[in-house]
This record gives sequence, C-alpha cells and structure tokens, in this order.
Amino acid sequence: MDFQDYRNGEASPAAGAPSSRTSSDPREHLVVVGNGMAGCRAIEELLARDAGRYRITIFGAEPHVNYNRIMLSPVLAGEKTFDEIVINDRQWYADNDIDLIVDDPVVAIDRDGKTVTSRAGLTLPYDRLLIATGSDPFVIPVPGKDLPGVISFRDMKDVDTMLAAAADGGSAVVIGGGLLGLEAAHGLSLRGMKVTVIHLMSTLMERQLDEAAGWLLKTALESRGQTILTGADTAEIYGDGTVEGVRLKDGRDIPASLVVMAVGIRPATGLARDAGLDVGRGIKVDDHMVTSDPHVLAVGECVEHDGNVYGLVAPLWDMCRSLADGLTGRTNPYRGSVTSTKLKVSGIDVFSAGDFSGSGTGCEDIVLRDASRGIYKRLILQDDRIVGAVLYGDTADGNWYFDLLRKGENVADLRDGLIFGQAFAAGGGQADPKAAVAALSDDAEICGCNGVSKGQVVSCIAKGAHSLDAVRAGCKASASCGSCTGLVENLLALTLGDDVQTGPKTMCKCTSFTHDDVRKAIVERGFKEMPQIMQEMSWSTPDGCSSCRPALNYYLLCAWPGEYQDDQQSRFVNERLHANIQKDGTYSVVPRMWGGLTNPRELRAIADVVEKYNAPMVKVTGGQRLDIFGIKKEDLPAVWADLNAAGMVSGHAYGKALRTVKTCVGSEWCRFGTQDSTGLGVKLERMSWGSWMPHKFKIAVSGCPRNCAEATIKDFGVVCVDSGYELHIGGNGGIHLRGTDLLCKVASEQEALDYCAAFIQLYREEARYLERTAPWVERVGVDYVKRRIVEDEVGREALRSRFLFSQSFSQDDPWAQRAGGAEREQHAHMAQFRPISVEEMA
Amino acid sequence: MIGEWLDIGWLNEIPVRGSRTVPVQGGEEIAVFRTSDDKLFALANRCPHKGGPLSQGIIHGHSVACPLHNWTIALATGEAQGEDKGCTPTIPVKVDGGRVLICRASALKAAA
Ligand code: SRM
Ligand SMILES: Cc1cc2nc3c(=O)[nH]c(=O)nc-3n(C[C@H](O)[C@H](O)[C@H](O)COP(=O)(O)OP(=O)(O)OC[C@H]3O[C@@H](n4cnc5c(N)ncnc54)[C@H](O)[C@@H]3O)c2cc1C
Ligand code: SF4
Ligand code: FES
Repeated sequence: MDFQDYRNGEASPAAGAPSSRTSSDPREHLVVVGNGMAGCRAIEELLARDAGRYRITIFGAEPHVNYNRIMLSPVLAGEKTFDEIVINDRQWYADNDIDLIVDDPVVAIDRDGKTVTSRAGLTLPYDRLLIATGSDPFVIPVPGKDLPGVISFRDMKDVDTMLAAAADGGSAVVIGGGLLGLEAAHGLSLRGMKVTVIHLMSTLMERQLDEAAGWLLKTALESRGQTILTGADTAEIYGDGTVEGVRLKDGRDIPASLVVMAVGIRPATGLARDAGLDVGRGIKVDDHMVTSDPHVLAVGECVEHDGNVYGLVAPLWDMCRSLADGLTGRTNPYRGSVTSTKLKVSGIDVFSAGDFSGSGTGCEDIVLRDASRGIYKRLILQDDRIVGAVLYGDTADGNWYFDLLRKGENVADLRDGLIFGQAFAAGGGQADPKAAVAALSDDAEICGCNGVSKGQVVSCIAKGAHSLDAVRAGCKASASCGSCTGLVENLLALTLGDDVQTGPKTMCKCTSFTHDDVRKAIVERGFKEMPQIMQEMSWSTPDGCSSCRPALNYYLLCAWPGEYQDDQQSRFVNERLHANIQKDGTYSVVPRMWGGLTNPRELRAIADVVEKYNAPMVKVTGGQRLDIFGIKKEDLPAVWADLNAAGMVSGHAYGKALRTVKTCVGSEWCRFGTQDSTGLGVKLERMSWGSWMPHKFKIAVSGCPRNCAEATIKDFGVVCVDSGYELHIGGNGGIHLRGTDLLCKVASEQEALDYCAAFIQLYREEARYLERTAPWVERVGVDYVKRRIVEDEVGREALRSRFLFSQSFSQDDPWAQRAGGAEREQHAHMAQFRPISVEEMA
Repeated sequence: MIGEWLDIGWLNEIPVRGSRTVPVQGGEEIAVFRTSDDKLFALANRCPHKGGPLSQGIIHGHSVACPLHNWTIALATGEAQGEDKGCTPTIPVKVDGGRVLICRASALKAAA
C-alpha cells in the first residue's frame, strides 16, 4: 500500500457516496469530524462493544486513511515507511461499513438542523456528532512566519515537505526544543541536514525533564552534530520570497532553507466555537465526552476535561473507552489521566512521568547517576508514594514506576532498592525480567503507542497469537515504536513457556534487530562506522560481541568499498593473522595455486619453507593445493616473505572469502575435454581472489559432464559442454551435502566470468553473514537468483561492475603487506620476561 | 633490588580492543588486554577449556572470546562465562606514566 494511492487515485472526496445510503437505514447516524487517532480509536471502541448500532461516517481533512501520528518521527528519520504506520487501512472502513470522506474538512456545523457541511459543499445530517479535530500547531507571531519553507510538524504533509527539503541538503532550523522539535531535528539530521535547534528556555524539554537530564540530552544531541541554542529567542525569520534564515533577538543570524516551528499546540476548537458550543481552552466535555450539546461529543486533543487539556496519546485511550461506553448506554466516567513521555530518538532513552519539579511540600528525591554509562535516574516521592520520575539512559523500569505512580501505591517497603529498578527491588538483585512482567498488574500499560494493557496482550496470546508478529497483528502491542518489544516477548514466554514461536532471529544478544534490518540500515541510513551503528540502533552492549562485530565489519566493508577502514579487532583470529589457527596455537599456511596449477619454483619454495621453519607436516588439501602446518605466529611474516619471493600469494584458506578454484585438466590434455577448464579456472580465480564474502566461497570448473572437479557441489560451478558452459550455483560438499542448481548456460568464457562476478556480488550484498550460498539460495529461491542474474541484463551488469569496483581495493596480497612490516605487533611479543632466580641473585 | 612491578612497554603498543603477549621463561605466557574503555587486564594466555591462546580472541566489553571454541572469558576474573566452567589465572596490571606494569610476583606464580 502506498499513500500516494489515497492522494491521487481512489481518494475522491465523496468516496463511498454516503448520501446515497438513504434514510431507509433505521440506525442513528454518527458523524465523526476528524479521521485522526482519537476519532478512529473511539470508533474502534464503539465497534468492539456494539458493531451494528450506529451508521458511521468519518470526515478527514487529510488525504489519508487513519495513521499513527506519533510515528511520523520514525518516518522522518527513515526508520518506518508511511505504510508501516497506517493503523486502519481502507479495508477496515469497508469491513465495518464506515463511509470515509478524506481530503475534505468539515467547515460548518448547524446544530439546529443537525447537519454538517464540508469544504466541498457536502451537507450530511447527523443524529450524533463526534468532534475529534485534534490540535493546531502554534505559530509564533514573528515577521516572516508565512514565508515558504516555514512549516510545523503535525502531519504527513509536513514530513513530505521536510523530506523534500532534506533531499536538497543544506541547513535547517528547528524552533522549539520540546519532544516534537527534537524528534524533527533528529530526523532532519539523519537525513543529512545541518540542524540548529533554537530553544527559548535554558533546558531542553523543560516540561518533561529536570535540568540534569536536560543537560545529558543536550550533550548527547550535540555529539551527534546538532547545534543546540538554549535561552535563544527568535526575532524574525528572513528571506526574499523563501526562507533564508532566522535572526535571534541577540542579533545572531542562522542561515537555513527550512524552518520547523515546534513550539507547542493548541486544541483545534474553531469549528466548535463557531457552532456555539461551550469552549474554554478546549471544547468542554463531561465524563463521557459529551459537550454542552447532548447530541455532540468531542474527544482527543481538542477537548478540555475537568480543566485539563492533553497533548499525548495515552489519555485518548481512556477517553475513548468512556465515550464508547456512554454511546452504548453504559456508565464508565473518565477521571482524567496522568501522562508519561518517551523521546523517540533512537539511541537516546528518555522517560519522564508525573511531577518532577520537586516543589511540592514533603517531596524527597532519590537519585542515581552512573556517569560512565550515561545514566541518570530520579524519583520524586511524597508521603511514600512516587509522584514523579525522570529516567535518562536506562528507561527499562519506566513502565513499572509509572504503574506505581498511577496507582498511588505505597512504596515504603521497596524504598531502598527502588531506584535500581523492579528486578532489584523485588528481591535478590538478580534481574529476572520474566518475574518483573509477571508482577505487573493486568491493567499496567505495556504499549504506550497503542494503549495496550498487559491484560490485553495476555488475552491476545491466549487467543492463539504465539509469536511476536502475531501479537503485533492481534492487538498492536509493540507494532509501533518497538520500545516495549522486550516486555511483549517476556509476556509470550511467561504465558506460553516453550511454545513461543520465534520470529526472524536477531543478529545476536546485543541487538533486537535482524541481520537484514541492520544491513538495510547501513545502506539506507548511510552508516559508515561500527560505533555509529551500535549507537543508532541501540546496541545493548558497549562494543558488541564476537558474533556481531565480525558481521558488522563485513557489512560495512561490502557497503562502502574503498571507504570503510577494516577493523582488525573485529576479525576472527584466522582473518587477523591470515593463517589458520591450530589446536596447539600454531598456524597453517596455504599459498594460492591458481586453478590448482603449480611449478618447480613454487614447489621448491614450499619445500624450502618446510625445512627452514621445521614445519612438522605438509599436505595436499582437498582444494588442490599445499598446506604447511605448525608455523608460529612470530615466524609467519618471514614464511610469507619467502613464499612471496617465489611469486606466491595468500590462499585465503582462513577467510570468509574466495577459497579455491578447483579445475580438471580439460581440453588441453584430456581426451574428453570440451573446453579449457583449467584456463577458465585460473581466470575465475584471478578475478575473484581477495574478495571478502559472507562465508567462504568455492569455485570449480570441469571440462566435461564427467565432472572430475566436482563442480556441482561448489558455490559456483562450471561444467563445460561442446556448445558452451553450464553455470551452477549453491552447491555444498560440507556438513549438508547439496547439489547445485543450474543457473543457465552461456556460450562464451567472458559470459561465464561476467555471470560469476554478478552472482558473487549478489551473494555478497544480500546473504547474511556466515550464510553460505547453499542455505542462501534455498532461502531466497533459485528463481529469484535467475531473475536477478539471468533475466535482468542491466542488473547483472551493475552487479558485475560493483564487484569489480570493490575488487580494485581488495586484491592486495595481505601476506606481502605483513611481510613488508605492516601490523608487526600482531606477530611480535610485547616483552619477554626472564626471571632471575634467587640463587643467581645471591 | 627487584621491584614489585615489571615494566613491559608503552600502553599504546597494545591496540584498543586488542592484546599483546609476554612470554615468561620457564613458565607460562601472559596476555595483556586493552579494552574499548581503555582498561587493562592481564591473564595467563591459556583458555581454561583446551588451552587456546586467549590473546588471539575477539575482545568485547570486558571479555574475550577464545579463538578455538568460542568460550567467553571474563578479563577481570579469568572466569569462563555462562554454562562453561573454568578459570585462568589473572595477573595484576597497571599503567604509570603511559608505561604498562605487571605484578612480578603473580607473573612468576602463573609461571610456576
Ligand atoms: C585443509 C583442508 C583439509 C585438507 O587437508 O584437505 C580443510 C581444512 C579445514 N576445513 Fe574444510 N578443508 C579443506 C577442504 C574442504 C572441502 C573440500 C573442498 O573445498 O573441495 C570441504 C567440502 C566442500 C565445501 O566446502 O562445500 C570442506 C568443508 C568444510 C566445512 C563445512 C562447510 C559447510 O558449509 O558445510 C568446514 C566448517 C566451516 O566452514 O564452518 C570446514 C572447515 C575447515 C577448517 C577451517 C576447520 C577450522 O575451522 O579450523 C579446517 C582448517 C584446517 C587448517 O588449519 O588448514 N571445511 N573443507 C582443505 C583446504 C582446502 C583449501 O585448499 O583451502
Ligand atoms: C510528530 C509527532 C510525534 C508525536 N509523538 C508522540 C509520542 O511519542 N507520544 C504521545 O503520546 N503523543 C505523541 N504525539 C501526540 C499525538 O500524536 C496526539 O496526541 C494525537 O494524535 C492526538 O489525537 P487526536 O485524534 O486528538 O488528533 P489528531 O491525531 O491530530 O487527529 C485529528 C484529525 O482531525 C483532522 N481534522 C481537523 N479538523 C478537521 C475538520 N474540520 N474536518 C475534518 N477533519 C479535521 C486533522 O486533519 C487530523 O487528521 C506526537 C505528535 C506528533 C505530531
Ligand atoms: S572433466 Fe572430463 S575432460 Fe576433464 S578430466 Fe574429467 S573426464 Fe577428463
Ligand atoms: S580452548 Fe578456549 S574455548 Fe576451547
């Protein structure tokens, strides 16, 4: 689904032609103004209680179906697509018999005649009217505020404008250092713009954070390249015809081609006010969301309840439940909400709830700081009850504190361990996350984005959702920002024990992302260094582990050939020392023998090395070359120097790289040979040696279908026939024997080389680290590979040239570099210790 | 007099997230590790499993993954992590004025 469809195609204003469904429908007509989060949630709640009760029409000013507004930030940051944040697609409206009118705001309400009229001139009668118009962004009245290029951050249109501006590069100014402003700034800076945040107050997010946390946040954002100006007041926005910059009251000028105003929101009450409804700061409603007119209800950010207006989603869920109960004749008064906030800037965890100003009488603070881990936690207690919480750097216990806060629970008994989190406070200090979720009450909120409680998640699991994906589809928990994924997984484990079906496997324990997620992010978000990936994708460990580091190193190397600096400390010992470690800590050395060919000079050099370094064994490998065993790491550079002198280079017998190209004698000598299999083998090896791959890669070329080189159990195999070359892929002679699939047949040697290069590159770019071609081909399907390599000529050529480009940086013999002195410390001891015995001293 | 601490070289001779070795005559080789947060640790260069050279492992956090069978060894204690059981002797190490010093007595004991 692409949102463009809704805009240009089926989204004609009168879609569904509501007026045609006439008065013959005996049900009361409920008209909703506002197709946003509260309006649609109210309808969902209503449908859940009594699906057929009302005939429903929804008007939306935006050209879209109902989407999750809070996820606009991840869309801007490139972490989600619009499709992924749609809450209810067209099918939902159709399935529930709802008439949806998009891109056509209601402009007038006639309460006497009980009708609404839209901008396009459509007038509809209603029995009940629900106003859910949300908020309008507040625009500070400075000169230049109407210039093109000055926008707010409220809807998909704003995101589109920001993306277009970011595509041109340049600088952006975000006015307002609150939740919205910082999320906008983060997204724009990820999209490559130089971003300055202008904030009037002295601390960022001062409404949610105290000074200490605000400062940590500022430092973290600055270290990511944003400029943050606090205590800065905007005088004017200037520009000739379009924005050129912002001038501050202290005279400073900040050039910018885009200005995002995110200084606050105001309930959208114009329509209600014009209709004569009782309006204060918002549209006044009672405990069942009924306005001063009993036929008109209102819900969401546009309302004022009990003197309060809200700007976050959590209160909406509560409001919508009371509203739906009221509409179906039940009593369930809404009593106001306490809210908590999280900042959705990946890699920066910030949580705040309740009152943190600490000014109330009898308030006391509990503070924990861990500077080396960048953690700051503060709890504000009053009469042994939590009244506020600010968490920075480690927000795992946010939900628990918030739950205690909302319930007003007495925490006197927990006090000592409280700040260390739930697992600790519950006893022992031994973190058991399952016990922690088990201890949560049924109505504790699990997913803040979608307002899903623990009880709802558990009942969704009980109804058969036995995997994370199924829970996401079933009750939307963890389907949005994903910060509650861990909680949902623990609930799955708790409820099902061993029956949990695991989703795509995460890369390792350091991350909740899969190999594919990470690779995609590297390319799409332009990550060029390992610490950047770990930071941006919220690695849970400081510097990864022995599983993810080699994988990340490979992915970066593959994505940015010639640019990325290989990280030796992220390579397995064999690839770091360019030799195979043996069980006694010595190494084996396998020089390359192109296509299995050798000569007296090479053989003599190998014989000399064996003698000179007392190698206990030399053996012919299964890959048609010689393996010298038992070399000490200190001797490796000298051994290589001797082999280099005879013209030999590294055989990469140790690497996730091209290993051998096995050949048979072929048409040069063999009476059955159809083509020069040996010659082609040498050419293939010369083309592909030195290249790093997800796993090892073996090639073979046989001169006829007798297949003496065993080409049909290789990653890439060529079987020569009279009329050309059969190309085979995805074979494996190792743990699981797998015969190759036939890719295609080509007529010339050059084509065989070209197809091979393209195939290797496709494998390099798309297989997961440590996945050999056999399981990879089985996973993606041989048809997919054929489509990319055989059928798509342009694509094949592009793959081939990307491979050759990357090879231009990798065909330096690592042995020659080391023999020449590079990274000498890898092979030398730091010092020697020869203890002097007591007798010698005497 | 023989000092308490043995000077084995400059800190910057050990790569970050890397390791260097110090053989002890008549005894056991010592591996000195430098972690990403610039902490130093020294252990006997011998995995408690089958004697793998820990100096050649991948260092992550304050642990090293043995290059032979991927056991994880805590650098601070020499203890195998997780399900695996075993321990490698540790040697006190410190930095003074950019020079790396290891405890002489412990180096001898590990050697014994
Ligand atoms: C030296 C050699 C055995 C020999 O003396 O002939 C060998 C030795 C090792 N093989 Fe092999 N394999 C050797 C040919 C093969 C072959 C035959 C071939 O290449 O035609 C196969 C089956 C074909 C295949 O790969 O599809 C083979 C399938 C494996 C496997 C299973 C791979 C799989 O995907 O199932 C492993 C394990 C792995 O890679 O995880 C392995 C791993 C190893 C390792 C690297 C084990 C290790 O991790 O230490 C051995 C290193 C010994 C060393 O220090 O040199 N070796 N290994 C051969 C070196 C060939 C060369 O010249 O580079
Ligand atoms: C970028 C961003 C990030 C956010 N992040 C968070 C977060 O992390 N956590 C959180 O709790 N909250 C967050 N919020 C706030 C949250 O999105 C709102 O609280 C929520 O959307 C309010 O729902 P609503 O239905 O009242 O208003 P909206 O979702 O704005 O819906 C109102 C809809 O009514 C339409 N409308 C207005 N007037 C008319 C008319 N006359 N006729 C027809 N349609 C009309 C509007 O176009 C809009 O589509 C974020 C908001 C933004 C913009
Ligand atoms: S492949 Fe065919 S031609 Fe080559 S050696 Fe074997 S039988 Fe002979
Ligand atoms: S020798 Fe270290 S893991 Fe086996």
